[in-house]
Amino acid sequence: MQAFTTHQGTVAPLDRVNVDTDQIIPKQYLKSIRRTGFGDYLFDSWRFLDPGEIGMTPNERQINHDFVLNQAAFQGASVLLARQNFGCGSSREHAVWALLEFGFQVVIAPSFADIFYGNCFKNSLLPIVLEETIIGELFSQVHAEGLELKVDLAAQTITSSAGRSLPFAIEPGLKNKMLNGLDDIEMTLVERELIETYEAAHRVRQPWLFRPSRPVLDHGDLEKGDQEQGKQEQGKQEQGKQEQGKQEQGESA
Amino acid sequence: MTGQTLYDKIWDAHLVGERADGNSLIYIDLQLLHEVTSPQAFEGLGLAKRGLWRVDANLATPDHNVPTDRREQGLAGITDSVALEQVITLDKNCTAHGVEQFDILDQRQGIVHVVGPEQGATLPGMTIVCGDSHTSTHGAFAALAQGIGTSEVEHVMATQCLVQNKAKNFAIDVAGKLAPGVYAKDLIMLIIGKLGTAGATGYTIEYRGSAIRELTMEGRMTVCNMSIEAGARAGLVAVDATTTDYVKGRPFAPSGDLWAQAQQYWQTLHSDGDASFDTVLNLDAADVIPQVSWGTSPEMVAGIDGVVPDPSNMNDPNQAEAATHALKYMQLEPNQAMTAIQLDRIFIGSCTNARIEDLRAAADVVRGRKVARGIGEALIVPGSGLVKAQAEQEGLALIFVDAGFQWRAAGCSMCLGMNPDQLGPGEHCASTSNRNFEGRQGFGGRTHLVSPAMAAAAAIAGHFVDVREML
Repeated sequence: MQAFTTHQGTVAPLDRVNVDTDQIIPKQYLKSIRRTGFGDYLFDSWRFLDPGEIGMTPNERQINHDFVLNQAAFQGASVLLARQNFGCGSSREHAVWALLEFGFQVVIAPSFADIFYGNCFKNSLLPIVLEETIIGELFSQVHAEGLELKVDLAAQTITSSAGRSLPFAIEPGLKNKMLNGLDDIEMTLVERELIETYEAAHRVRQPWLFRPSRPVLDHGDLEKGDQEQGKQEQGKQEQGKQEQGKQEQGESA
Repeated sequence: MTGQTLYDKIWDAHLVGERADGNSLIYIDLQLLHEVTSPQAFEGLGLAKRGLWRVDANLATPDHNVPTDRREQGLAGITDSVALEQVITLDKNCTAHGVEQFDILDQRQGIVHVVGPEQGATLPGMTIVCGDSHTSTHGAFAALAQGIGTSEVEHVMATQCLVQNKAKNFAIDVAGKLAPGVYAKDLIMLIIGKLGTAGATGYTIEYRGSAIRELTMEGRMTVCNMSIEAGARAGLVAVDATTTDYVKGRPFAPSGDLWAQAQQYWQTLHSDGDASFDTVLNLDAADVIPQVSWGTSPEMVAGIDGVVPDPSNMNDPNQAEAATHALKYMQLEPNQAMTAIQLDRIFIGSCTNARIEDLRAAADVVRGRKVARGIGEALIVPGSGLVKAQAEQEGLALIFVDAGFQWRAAGCSMCLGMNPDQLGPGEHCASTSNRNFEGRQGFGGRTHLVSPAMAAAAAIAGHFVDVREML
């Protein structure tokens, strides 16, 4: 993951509560199997008047000139100012990917939905929580004269071009991860032994959670093991499929 | 020492370790996978040359973008090439990693949150994750079940763990018993209307009280399913005989000595009498009547006897602004009676309401009646191939087809319109799904969330009606 230290950019206002991830990136674009290619479709049904499909470019679309992100003043904005409960709804990480790819690196709101907030920290999009009254003042400022902000994660401050500096709170673990661009999986695998020890004890306490037909692989030989396991399981599945399907049909009443 | 909540107990039983920065490492017992949020995770795993930590802790099925017609053609029935690639990618990834999958032609295929419980893969006391926010459904089994993003999906694949902070405890206690014609869906919609869509952010909700105890597992799943619509990642219901009776004998459930051992442990899965909750909401089931959503957020709900609210009467300017915007999108007038909302389409399905009990409730209303002329399309999409087969066996499918409904194959379908089942611009739909967001069911589509019985009643009348008058 890329590290986030400081950022300076223009603020774009999105004056709506409960902006859901369906609005941030609509479902038709989730059919992609990639992590990229979502920026053109950010806030798709607000930015454009026509329904879009995967593969279309903004040039082919009918622009909604009334939508704030299409206004001249906010072209190239990289800080999004939003209202409460930003990112609610679906867990789709595509919402974060779309915001980043469009050019946003910071989102400021009075509150965020849980899953969206967590997803931000997997991708170096910095979500900043500020009090509702301060958010209100920032909206007024953006609408009156425009606003350029400098964000310093280490110092936990945002500073306006006029020199006004505001502190923000952030959990130390998340801050450290973002500042250093740390990879979650690598961090967790450092604790491999701890997980293995827990797992062995868990298996003794709740053996029914471990399915005997699917032995735990040797973690040191995962790649090879996976492939072999894959072939075996596939064979087993094909065999058992029809029989099990019938059996379940009668039982599920 | 004060007692523990159900959430505290499951959390402690899965705590691998606590880090210096305050985060915890939580062990995950089951990861459910589907075609939309898993491909990038499998790809990441491959790029880092990592494998699955525990193959047997994963179960997959395609659900989000599978078509609900022409199912017998399998993959060939998917006309959208981008969707097809995604379903094939799931097939390939499951084969390569040895993950058990109920593929498009398997009768056990269906919506992940219907399939897990149906197979007994969802068990009490488990930690369950899925790259889908409605994973909260499985909390009905006293399993700590949460929706996660794709990076977290990859993290669980590679480490069998999740890095998390513990949430706070929220108790929603519902006394009494729901009246006939009032369902679990009405209860949870009323709760979301009271709490707002961020009312339980940062909490795990435990649903308690006699009205919850009286619910079947299907009803409890409906309630837990929509916890996320109140902002909570997870909802829980304590284990009782209803829980264990449902689980017993299912293909993935333990049997013999293991069953006895498991059941003994499961009996401890309830909050202690002296457990304390950070927040408590007390409700009386007698106050719940059939609900209908009028806006573009699940908190925008009203009773069937009510009217569309007037934004000019709202105190909070943000809420008034949101309501004004929603009414414009929905093309509704303030003070319009809920029963005056005319409908174009009906959708009965989704992880919220596509189980056998939901179909029975809808069939009870439909039996011997016809879908109104004004309704362009009325869809019934069972939650799994097995639910479909059972409904056919019970004669429900015939009741629906005779009335003019379309009887489809299992999948998420019009809940989010990733497959060809979508609303047209401006169409009003009575939907048993969970989200009425703008464009969710199709570009420009207007969604009204209701219970299956209310959707069935609306199909017959052509507009919303109080289903209690039709039973």
